[in-house]
Amino acid sequence: MPDDANAGRVPVIELRNVSKTFGEVRSLAQVNFAVYPGEIVGLLGDNGAGKSTLVKTVMGYHRPDPGGEIHFEGKHIDDWSVARARGLGIETVYQERALCEKQPIWRNMFMGREPTNRWGLLDVKRMRSEAARLMNEHMGFTSAAVHPDNVVATMSGGEKQGVAITRALYFDARLVILDEPTMGLSLTETRKTLDFVEGIKNAGKSAIFIDHNIFHVYPVVDRLYVLDRGRVAGMYSRSEITMDELIERLYRVARSGSMH
Amino acid sequence: MTDVAIQKPAKPGNNRIRPPSVMRRYGSQLGIIGVGLAMWAAFIAAAPTVFLDPDIYSAFAETTPLFAVIALALTFVVITGEIDLSFPSIMALGTAVFCLVAQAGLPHWLGLVAGFATGAACGWLNGTLIARLNIPSLVITIGTSFLYRGIELILMNGTGVPLTQEHYPAMQAIFNSHVFGIPVQSLWALLLAAILWVLLNRTRFGAHVFLVGDNPTSSRLMGINVVGVKTGAFMLVGVVAVFAGLMTSFVGYYFWPTTGDGFLLNTIASVFLGGTSVFGGTGSIIGSLVAAYIIGAINAGIVSAGINAFYTQLCFGLVIVLSVVLQTIIERRVRRQSITGR
Repeated sequence: MPDDANAGRVPVIELRNVSKTFGEVRSLAQVNFAVYPGEIVGLLGDNGAGKSTLVKTVMGYHRPDPGGEIHFEGKHIDDWSVARARGLGIETVYQERALCEKQPIWRNMFMGREPTNRWGLLDVKRMRSEAARLMNEHMGFTSAAVHPDNVVATMSGGEKQGVAITRALYFDARLVILDEPTMGLSLTETRKTLDFVEGIKNAGKSAIFIDHNIFHVYPVVDRLYVLDRGRVAGMYSRSEITMDELIERLYRVARSGSMH
Repeated sequence: MTDVAIQKPAKPGNNRIRPPSVMRRYGSQLGIIGVGLAMWAAFIAAAPTVFLDPDIYSAFAETTPLFAVIALALTFVVITGEIDLSFPSIMALGTAVFCLVAQAGLPHWLGLVAGFATGAACGWLNGTLIARLNIPSLVITIGTSFLYRGIELILMNGTGVPLTQEHYPAMQAIFNSHVFGIPVQSLWALLLAAILWVLLNRTRFGAHVFLVGDNPTSSRLMGINVVGVKTGAFMLVGVVAVFAGLMTSFVGYYFWPTTGDGFLLNTIASVFLGGTSVFGGTGSIIGSLVAAYIIGAINAGIVSAGINAFYTQLCFGLVIVLSVVLQTIIERRVRRQSITGR
């Protein structure tokens, strides 16, 4: 296995033998998956391959079937949950964006980790001003054209994605997961999102990047996992496979379920 | 609205820099306060002798808070996108528990604690069944409504309890007295409104109530304890319902096993009239408080203006239907403005 670059290093997050069954449907089967510090890992696979289930298991939204283990920085963690994962610095930009559309931007920005003052009350003033600052400095999509009190329902798709990305970025995450972040975005917005992924790497953080479009994924990642029907069908360092070879193998896996 | 009309079409790309208009943010609250004031003026015009006499205000400042306090708590449940139809039974059950503790010769404060704990337990059961098992609240709280009422009737064997000044002096002072000439019930309603306003708008629990009602899946994805938040909202209604049950019983100097009958529609109407959306995610404590007083005023107003009491229901209906229609129209207009930037 092409793990040489990471030999001896401790992964930020590691799944061991993780399966996930929903009723009769097995979405993940005996998956082993790891992300190392400073690494961008791509996740490829057809619809229904288990990409989103894998992400939601990493995030603690789904609990793995008995026997599967989640390790954070080398430590086995039993009571993995979304709050725990976020507390440890794992943030996700979900495919479905996970916004509350009737709420103003500032409430969405601080969802689940609202700052409080010394009396334990919500620091609304800070939430508003921080949201305004982040939108100006980081969102980039619309510069200053959106007010923090605007409800999300009134925003464009790119602006919504901007809120979701800024929310993941702001909290200084050490691992950012992007689940189909370019879906439904315009060309410029897609470009900005890909730049953002590069930015994660330059800041020395890790990321998991999921996208249908291999032309988006291949150039930015260090390593790639290919999922097929819930199994890991292959894992490559970018240095050992060209884009053409990868495309060829993806076709093969779609036909036969095997990459080799 | 005038600033919207005067404004020239803004330059593209520049059209959302302004914060949302006051109408956008407080439209429904302003609407409900406007309806309230208009109705008051109409009542004064119709029966000046009655409505310029302070007695009527004193009377309705005693009776309105009995359901207004529950409307305040119910606002939380409705914002989470649920409903609770069992609170009239919880009013009775909690008050019954208080009476039993008091009749057993135990201190009255212990009765209060036991009563509130009963309310919290009833709310916990509602919330757990709804949030953990995903049962629609409309269905399950009809069921628990019979359940709680049944337990109460069996406990009390269908009989009432006199709650006289002589035997319950402290309780009468708490729930049924005047402070500086103001009926204490209204002071309780105002105090509770202030506390619950802070809880809804200035605590993490309150923030999560909005998020959970808006989109439970997004909330779970972001690590919010959806089951806990919903259960908490139902427990709040349970405790406040017992408070209202005790207040109602001490005002009447008697605990009736049927306590809570007639509270259901007034209370729910107050929440919806106050601008809290039945779809969840939006709502206001101030709206519910003002709306409860409007409904209370219709009741007191029509009777004391000497109009046939049969008109009360018609008047309720008109005010509620008109207000909700107006709110919806205002909201839709304002939303369109905010999308098109005009």
